[in-house]
Amino acid sequence: MTSLFEEITETSVDIPVRRVTITVNGEKRSANVEPRLLLAHLLRQGFNLTGTHTGCDTTNCGACTVLVDGRPAKSCTMLAVQADGHDVMTVEGLASASELDPIQEGFKEEHGLQCGYCTPGMMLTAKALLEENPDPTEDEIRWALSGNLCRCTGYQNIVKSVLWAAEKMRNSAG
Amino acid sequence: MSLDEIKIGGMGASRRRVEDNRFIRGKGNYVDDVVLPGMLHMEILRSPVAHARIRSIDVSKAWEIPGVRLVLTGDMMATRNLAWMPTLSYDTQAVLATDKVRFQGQEVAAVIADDPYIAKDACEAIVVDYETLPVIVNPDQAMASGAALIRDDKENQPDNKVFDWEVGDRSATDKAFEEADVVSEIDLHYPRSHPSPLEPCGSIADFDRSTGKLTVYMTTQAPHIIRAAVALVAELPEHMIRIISPDLGGGFGNKVPVYPGYVISILASILTERPVKWIEDKTGNLISTGFGRDVYLKGQMAVRKDGKILGVRMHTISDHGAFFSDAQPSKFKIGLMHSAFACYDIPAAHLTAEGYYTNKAPGGVAYRCSFRVTEAMFFQERMIQAAADDLGMDQAEFRRVNLVRDDDFPHRTPFGFLTDSGQYGKCLDVALEAIGYEQFLKDQEEARKNGRYLGIGISTMTEPLGAGNSREYDILGIKMFDSAELRVHMTGKAILRTGAKTQGQGHETTWAQIVAHELGIPADDVVVEEGDTDTAPFGMGTYASRSTPVAGAAVAMVARKIRAKSRKIAAHLLEVSEEDIEWELGRFYVRSSPDRGVTIQECAMAAYSNMPDGMEPGLENTAYYDPPNLTWPFAAYVATVEVDPETGVWDVLRMVAVDDCGVRINPMIVEGQIMGGLTEAYAMASMQFITFDAEGNCVGSNYMDYLLPTAWETPGFELHEVVTPCPHHPIGAKGIGECATVGGPAAFVNAVMNAVEHLGVRNIDMPLLPDRVHEAIATRSDISGAPPVRTDAP
Amino acid sequence: MYPSRFRYESPTSIDEAIALLEEGKGEAKVLAGGQSLVPMLKLRFASPDLLVDINNIADLDYHRFDADGSLHIGALCRHEHLEKSSEINSRQPTIAAAAPLVADPIVRTRGTFVGSVCHADPQGDWASCMVALDGHIVAQGPNGRRNIPVRSFVSGPFQNVLAYNELAVEAVIPAPQGTALGGYMKLERRVGDFATAAVAVAVDMSGGKVTRAGIALTGVGGTTVDASDAAAALVGGSLDEASIAQAAELAASVAQPRSDHRGSATYKRHIINTFTARLLGSIAESHERAA
Repeated sequence: MTSLFEEITETSVDIPVRRVTITVNGEKRSANVEPRLLLAHLLRQGFNLTGTHTGCDTTNCGACTVLVDGRPAKSCTMLAVQADGHDVMTVEGLASASELDPIQEGFKEEHGLQCGYCTPGMMLTAKALLEENPDPTEDEIRWALSGNLCRCTGYQNIVKSVLWAAEKMRNSAG
Repeated sequence: MSLDEIKIGGMGASRRRVEDNRFIRGKGNYVDDVVLPGMLHMEILRSPVAHARIRSIDVSKAWEIPGVRLVLTGDMMATRNLAWMPTLSYDTQAVLATDKVRFQGQEVAAVIADDPYIAKDACEAIVVDYETLPVIVNPDQAMASGAALIRDDKENQPDNKVFDWEVGDRSATDKAFEEADVVSEIDLHYPRSHPSPLEPCGSIADFDRSTGKLTVYMTTQAPHIIRAAVALVAELPEHMIRIISPDLGGGFGNKVPVYPGYVISILASILTERPVKWIEDKTGNLISTGFGRDVYLKGQMAVRKDGKILGVRMHTISDHGAFFSDAQPSKFKIGLMHSAFACYDIPAAHLTAEGYYTNKAPGGVAYRCSFRVTEAMFFQERMIQAAADDLGMDQAEFRRVNLVRDDDFPHRTPFGFLTDSGQYGKCLDVALEAIGYEQFLKDQEEARKNGRYLGIGISTMTEPLGAGNSREYDILGIKMFDSAELRVHMTGKAILRTGAKTQGQGHETTWAQIVAHELGIPADDVVVEEGDTDTAPFGMGTYASRSTPVAGAAVAMVARKIRAKSRKIAAHLLEVSEEDIEWELGRFYVRSSPDRGVTIQECAMAAYSNMPDGMEPGLENTAYYDPPNLTWPFAAYVATVEVDPETGVWDVLRMVAVDDCGVRINPMIVEGQIMGGLTEAYAMASMQFITFDAEGNCVGSNYMDYLLPTAWETPGFELHEVVTPCPHHPIGAKGIGECATVGGPAAFVNAVMNAVEHLGVRNIDMPLLPDRVHEAIATRSDISGAPPVRTDAP
Repeated sequence: MYPSRFRYESPTSIDEAIALLEEGKGEAKVLAGGQSLVPMLKLRFASPDLLVDINNIADLDYHRFDADGSLHIGALCRHEHLEKSSEINSRQPTIAAAAPLVADPIVRTRGTFVGSVCHADPQGDWASCMVALDGHIVAQGPNGRRNIPVRSFVSGPFQNVLAYNELAVEAVIPAPQGTALGGYMKLERRVGDFATAAVAVAVDMSGGKVTRAGIALTGVGGTTVDASDAAAALVGGSLDEASIAQAAELAASVAQPRSDHRGSATYKRHIINTFTARLLGSIAESHERAA
């Protein structure tokens, strides 16, 4: 991004925009947005974080799930302006510079993904679950993930992936 | 010393997936992730009505909205001969409507603007004047005399019939029925369903006027077919078209056809001289793109009193919506419906088929199956259950009497296919043992005394995968071979490209495993690419299961060509003649002194630095594989359920799946495919459907109404295996991606029907939603057809 | 997928919000959880001129029991706060039973109880609970606050009686008259589907007798159906097989379901009967065990 120039088009004049500042994956990011812009679109197009996906238009599929202040939220059902002043974690924020989150490792280890489209949302919902409940049962996992649809895996390996991650996290917590 | 094949990621290794590395980081590259400089955005205006003449389209207000670059209508497309396009079934399909709209959701106009929000605003500003016409929502209405003519745009189309087709031996079958002790009959509807991958369809078309090259990023499972289709439709030269199918968020057959949005985006790019991105929303995907199923299946089975099946009759009536755009082999109008009963030894069979136009989305596609095989196997296993019941014979026993025996191969199936191998009986035995069949029947009887309804359902089948040999199979005349190109670099690393297209099946992982198996090059040393027509060799793509049978075979064949050349290099390096060379995984050695050998990597280096005299340098090759036959994986699926008679809600107690897909390249991935397929099966059996009201309004055009099961409803699966290598496939593999989708639904439906059969209920058509099951129980009668969209009738 | 344009304001006080609603002259909509409104904006079923986002108003995110035993739920209390509350679990079983069944787990992190009641979807779960519990909405306008009993609050499908310049700030559930028992049973084809039919039951018992009862039905009428006769029939008596069967039948008889792709009207009425009986049955059973 550069402050050297910003093209002004006929569409950009006269349309009211609001400045929002969102802490995305630990980094403060600001933008001028139209109020009608969905958070998912600000993340994908505005901030180039394309790991958050959109898969439906009725708030059912959960592919767009991100963590807002640590809680899972469907970013297609939030306006970007609503995230102003809040913390948002996307899939890109899961791994640190040097290592993967145990949840990411679990999904790879237990074949919890096939096409990968639902995976970012699944992993973030799972992350929020494990933060609240470090030792969930299979039923608790299935219940917690019932807002995230998957067409490829049949969910069984997703459950195993989360169980794998939970065990790793419990073991490293000591 | 031979390498450990599992350690190098060869066949049989549950190698963790290469593609995961980017997906778990959110670094996938799906079409909507691609951004090109100067890109514009396209939205499509769709018809709200199912059948209407277009009196006028007023786009003036749309043009006035700032940020709108182009508004396209059918008339504008027509001036460039692009208002209609050919389908993969020799029909035509409207790109943008000109005279009429023929289904709710049909494309009527398109707006190209600076961002999709503005494009949507402009779409809303377009005013279309429709003059509604009578609507046809099922084949009964379509075939009625005096019915409105849907395809009045076609010459020689006097009515709404698409085709008649027939296969089998009518007189032999009639004779079989005369000799029968029992004739069973069943009448089913396989509801309209939709593959609905999570990622909808889309394209980014980028026509470069200075070079004349058109590049299109596209959600397509068959990039080479698309290139050919675009060359034909847009009249651009084939070598100046590049189709790039990047990461796909699922396909299941939905991403095979050419959709109007692709064509419109291409023209829009040509006209605006900018890249144009079109990403449909989920409603667009569900209401207009390739659906699956929607077939009426009626049939009879002639049985002798000792349980031997003498003959079977089938009559199918398929609903193709407004345009016949099935993606299927041209010779078989109802696909491979006639693969039904392939696992049973039945001497006579006859099938007749009719297809009709209706005011619904066009198609269909092979939704996670070989063309129509899901319908065939569903009918088969429901018919088998009905016949066993009518005969008063145990379900498993009836199957055992009739399943083809292990030593009866090659076997000519009732409708004329040739199967080469199978262990159907063993498969069934493993399944029944795993579920505890005898004990369950006892438990079921006990439960019934206490007013609890338990049920068990069996589904056994073999199905044809890997279309198909060039004698019999083509799409629009193009034969259905596939390809692989392998180049080994000087340090022994390699790049492999195939004509298939993965949508989650893990080709980047599994194809490398075949190379590891054939050449001893570690799978980690082989990078796999698919989907770019500029670099990938020609292939027909990946629909639902043809990859391993066809493209996988090509991978094995090309690796063998590399090995053959390497053998010559090895002989040269070891200074012996080729006859003295032996091979073990990763290494050639001298037979008479095995310590003397060279690795495959050393051969690769030599191919660039120390070639034998007269040998062409380099180490690469291409293989095009024309499969000699289809492969025939087989399976036994057994489900147990409990039905709550008070509410009609049913729960799956257990689901046991025994699959034989021949040699398994990557067991972990194979199991993932089976579980995904079983979930589709469960979804179709329990809740997934698209239906229409009398006005042609679509119910099931969004995820509120088109129900996909969540992790909560989806049952757990117990998987077992039988391995019968395919005799004609280079590595003995068959396909697996679709088997569970094909065979699974009948297991669930048979189980629920078994739970309520004592009430005299014989059939409940899918989806077996609670209200339908309850109605069957309460009224002790069958429930036929898709859920009706009733209003206000008690 | 893409909302049309609107003016957006994010007030930080209730008074500011009300002033904005006044300005909007009926063309404004309140944004709380947004889990019903934003989907409507995206499909363009709603195209308000002005969106008043109340999420930045302090002190609206609460739920608490007052000393008198009444439950107060603030306008920004999210579904999942109620779902996770152990106090609600023990003191308001109807609410506790319904909470996990509202939409799906992710929607529940943002959607609000009060917003859901205001949305007045005939298939909304919370409105049924409010009716069964005799709750009321506290509305604040330019002239101050007023209490609107829930039975008068919803005036039709997706319609409530709030004036265009009024904001619903709280929902109140009165204190039980005895031991609070209750439940919510919902037939949904899968998680996240609207109810095919559902029943909210709230029964206060003292000395083995029903002191107060409420039964409300979801998805079987143009609005939440108040099965008041069924509830009234229970008051003063005990919960036994006969009284339960009678209540279930009375409840089913006031249901006015439509036949649609979720089921026939006959089926939905039957579900109401079955679920009412099951809920009352399990309430009776657990009350006996506790006694």
